[in-house]
Amino acid sequence: MNAALDVQGLTTRFDTRAGTVTAVNDVSFSVEPGRIMGLVGESGSGKSVTGFSILGLIEEPGRITDGRVLVEGTDLRAMPPGQLRSMRGRKVSMVFQDPMMTLNPVLRIGDQMSMAVRVHERMNKRQALARSRDALAKVGIPSPEERLSAYPHQLSGGMRQRVAIAIALLHRPAVIIADEPTTALDVSIQGQILAEVRRLADETRTAIVWVTHDLAVVSSLADDICVMYAGRIVERGTAEDVIARPRHPYTRGLLDSVPGQHAPGTHLPQIPGSTPQLSRLPSGCPFRNRCPRATEVCTTEPPVARFGGHTALCHHPLEAA
Amino acid sequence: MLGFIVSRLIQAIVVVFVMSVVVFVGVYAIGNPIDVMIDPGATAEIRENLIRQYGLDQPLWRQYLSFLGNVAEGDLGRSMVYNTSVVGLVFSRLPATLELVLVAVAIATVIGIPAGIYAGYKPDSAGAKAIMALSVLGFSVPTFWIGMLLIMAFAVELGWLPSGGRGEVGTILGIPTSLATANGWSHVILPAINLSLFKMGLLIRLTRAGMVEAMQTDYVKFARAQGLTDRQIVFSHILRNISIPIVTVFGLELGSTLAFAVVTETVFTWPGVGKLIIDSILQLDRPVMVTYLILVVILFVLINFTVDVVYARLDPRVRLGGSR
Amino acid sequence: MSDVATTTGETLAVPSAAPIETRATRLRNFWADFRRSWVAVGALIVIVALLAVSFGAPLVAPQNPYDMASLDWMDAFLTPGETGTGGYVHILGTDNAGRDMLSAIFYGLRTSFTIGVSAGALALAIGICVGLTAAYFGGRVESLLMRIVDLQLSMPAILLALVLVAMLGQGVVQIILALVVAQYAYFARTTHGAATVERGKDYIEAARSTPLPTRRVLFRHLLPNVLPPLIVVATVQVASAIALEATLSFLGVGLPLTEPSLGSLISNGFKYIHSDRYWLSIYPGLFLMVTVVAINLVGDQVRTVLDPRRSR
Repeated sequence: MNAALDVQGLTTRFDTRAGTVTAVNDVSFSVEPGRIMGLVGESGSGKSVTGFSILGLIEEPGRITDGRVLVEGTDLRAMPPGQLRSMRGRKVSMVFQDPMMTLNPVLRIGDQMSMAVRVHERMNKRQALARSRDALAKVGIPSPEERLSAYPHQLSGGMRQRVAIAIALLHRPAVIIADEPTTALDVSIQGQILAEVRRLADETRTAIVWVTHDLAVVSSLADDICVMYAGRIVERGTAEDVIARPRHPYTRGLLDSVPGQHAPGTHLPQIPGSTPQLSRLPSGCPFRNRCPRATEVCTTEPPVARFGGHTALCHHPLEAA
Repeated sequence: MLGFIVSRLIQAIVVVFVMSVVVFVGVYAIGNPIDVMIDPGATAEIRENLIRQYGLDQPLWRQYLSFLGNVAEGDLGRSMVYNTSVVGLVFSRLPATLELVLVAVAIATVIGIPAGIYAGYKPDSAGAKAIMALSVLGFSVPTFWIGMLLIMAFAVELGWLPSGGRGEVGTILGIPTSLATANGWSHVILPAINLSLFKMGLLIRLTRAGMVEAMQTDYVKFARAQGLTDRQIVFSHILRNISIPIVTVFGLELGSTLAFAVVTETVFTWPGVGKLIIDSILQLDRPVMVTYLILVVILFVLINFTVDVVYARLDPRVRLGGSR
Repeated sequence: MSDVATTTGETLAVPSAAPIETRATRLRNFWADFRRSWVAVGALIVIVALLAVSFGAPLVAPQNPYDMASLDWMDAFLTPGETGTGGYVHILGTDNAGRDMLSAIFYGLRTSFTIGVSAGALALAIGICVGLTAAYFGGRVESLLMRIVDLQLSMPAILLALVLVAMLGQGVVQIILALVVAQYAYFARTTHGAATVERGKDYIEAARSTPLPTRRVLFRHLLPNVLPPLIVVATVQVASAIALEATLSFLGVGLPLTEPSLGSLISNGFKYIHSDRYWLSIYPGLFLMVTVVAINLVGDQVRTVLDPRRSR
C-alpha cells in the first residue's frame, strides 16, 4: 500500500542578500493514512518551510531545488502548475497557525467555503453550501447553518480554527499539513482541537503532518515524530521512541528543557547557545558547537544517517536505553 | 446605522459653518475690490457710494452676519464683475465642471484600477514596471504642462481635436450636457484625459500597494492552499478587501479632482467653475470667491459623508461593529 | 535588515552586513541599498546637476534675465540655435522680450528650488512640532491639533494655496508662506502617526519616567524614530511644492515674469502656443518635469530602502 505522503530528499533554498541559504535540506519522511506525524523544531529550523514546500507554495526569493513529494504515489513536483493547483485542497490541504488571519475578513464563511468546494467539484452554490454546512458540523461547530452567513470576526479564535480545519477537510484529502494550528489558541481550546483532530484522523483516514515547536503537544497527539534542526531532520522515530528514548543530543536537550518534569526549585536544563543562522552554519555537524557530546570528528565531517526505524543524524547518538 | 448617519450629518453641518467663517474672513482680507472695479479717475463721491452700496464700510462681523442672513434666503450676493446673482452664476457654470470631472474620474478608474491590479499581481514583470513608471509621471508632472502638451500635440500639430472651450450642448434626461453630442465629446476628451492623469497615477499606486500587501496575507496563502485559481484569488478574495481603501481614497480624491479642475479649465478655457474662481481671484470678485469656496466645502463634506456610509457598507467589521 | 521573511511568515535569521549599526555604517548601508536602483542613482545625478546649473546660474548662464538692460527687442523670438545681437548662440532660443531661454530657465530653476526647498523645510519643521506636540501631550491638545490638520488635509493643497496667494499677494516670500500653510499638515499627520506608534513603546515610557525635560524626550528620543517616514514625505513634498509654485505662477497668481520661475516662463510661453514658437513653453516645461520626476524617483527609492516591511 502507498503511503499517504512520501517526501524524498526535499530541498528548498532562499536567495538572500547574504547568499543562498538552504532552509530545507534533504528532508525525507513518509506518513501512512490515518497517522499523525509531528514535525518538531524551533523557529527557523525550516519546519514551516517544509510544510509549504510540500504544497509547492514557495514564493520568491525561495525555490524548491530538489526532491520528490509523493501523495498516494503521484509526484507533485513533477506536475505542471495547473495540475498541482488542482491537487491542493483536494489531495493535500493545509491549516495555518493564526486563525485570526487565515480567513478573509470581508467574506462570509459560507462564501469562502463554497468557493473552496466548487473549485474542485462541479455543483451549484446551494449544494456547495450544504456540503460546507456538513463539514462545519463534522468539526464540532454548533448550529453550522447560522455560521455560514457569519463573518470571521463574529467567531472566536477556536471556532475560526475549526472552520479552517473544516475547509481543509472539505474534499477528504489524503494529507493535511497543519502548521502550528493550536499555537495561537488558549490552552483549553487547544486541547479540544487536538482531540478533534485525533478523532478526525482516525475517522477519515487522513494523514496529518503536525508542524509545531511544542514537544508536549506532539507527544500526546502524534504517532511518529521528526525533529528538525537547521533545515535537516536530525531524528526520526515513533513518538514513543523519540520521547522516551531520544537518540540525538538535540532532542535530548529539547526534552530536558520542557518544564514540569523536574522537581520544583531546581534549575531547568537548557541547550547552550542559540539557533544558528542558516547562512553561517558551522562546518561539520551544524549542532556541534551547542552539543555536549561533540568531538573532533563533528567539526570536520557532517554526520550521515541511514534512516530506518528510530534513527538520529549524529556521530555520537545516545544509546537506546 | 441611523444614529451613525445622524451624528455624521451634525458633524458635517458644524464643519460647513466653521468653514464659512474661515472662508469669509479669509476672502475679505484680500485687497480692496473697489480699487479694481472703478477706474482710477473716478471721484471720491462715486467711490464712497459704491463702498456703501456693497456694504464695505461695515465692520467685518456685521458684513458676515448680513451675509449669513442673505444666505438663509438663498442669496449669496451679486458678482461685482458680472453684476448678476452669484448663485445663478456659479450654478450656470457648475454642470460644465461636473461633466468634466465625471469623465475624468471614469477614465482614471477604468484604466487605473486594472493597471494597478496587474502591477501588483506581477510586480517584477516588465509591464508592471512600465505601468509604475507611467504612474510616477502622471503623479508628479504638473497638470498644466501635460495639458499644454496635449493641446500642442492633438490640437495644434495633428489638428484632430479642438484646443479649448466647451462644444455643442445637448440634453440627456433633460440635463444639458456636452456629453450628448459628438462635438461636445471632442471638446471634453482632452481636458478630461488631462484631469484624469493625476488621479490615475494615484489609483494605480494605491491598487498596486493593496494588491502587493494582500498577496502576502495568510488568507491569500490559505486560499492558494485550497487550490483556488489565481483568478479567483484576485477577483473574489483580494479585490473585495482592497476595494475598501480604494473607495475611501477615491471618494476623498473626487474633491481634489474638483479642485484640480481649476488648472485644467484654465488651460483648456473650459467654462466651468474652476475658470470662474481664477477669474474672480484675479479680479477680487469677493462674492463669487466666497460662494465657490463654500460650495467646495459643502461638496467636500457631502463626499466625505458618502464615503463614510459606503465604507460602513463595505466592511462588515464596521457595519456590524455597533451590535457587538 | 537582518531578517528574510519567508512564505511562512516565519523569519529566517540572516546576518546583516554589520552586526552593530553605528551612524556611519547605517549611512553606508543606506547608500548600498539606495545604489541598487540605477534609475534612482541617475535621478540623483540629474538633481545634483540641476542644482549646480541653477545656483551657478550667474556663472554658467550667458545672460542675466533680471537685468532689463541686457534684453534687446531685436532678439525677440529667436529660434533655438540662432545667434542674437549679444553675439552668442541662443541654444534654446529667446522669448518675446528677447530673453535667452536657457538663461531664464537656469535662473527660473533657482527660484523654483529656493521656493520648493525652503517651503518644504519650513513645513517640515512646523509639521514636526505640531505632530510631536499632539502625540506627546495627547488628550485635548492632540484632538484639537489633529482635527485642524485633518480638516486642512481634506482640502486640496492647490485650492488652499490659491486662496492664500490671492490674500497675501505676489512674491517669493508670499508663495513660500502659502505653500508652507498648505503643506505642513502632511508632515504633522505623518509625524503624529509615527509618533503615536512609538509612544506606546517601552523606551519612551522609560525616558518619561526619568527626570528628563519634555523637550529632550521629544527631540532626542521620539524624533529620531519617526524620522524615516518624514524623510520620504519631505522629498515628495519638495517636488510637489515646486510643481505647486509652477502651477500658481501659471495661473497668474504666482511670480511675475520679471522674477522668472519655471511656472511663469511656461505661462508666458503658453500665450504663443498656437504659433509655432513651441520653445517658449516646451523647454521650461521639460526642465520642470525632469526636476519633479527626478525628485520623486529619489523619494521612491528612499521609501523602498527605509521600508521596514521590505522583504528583500
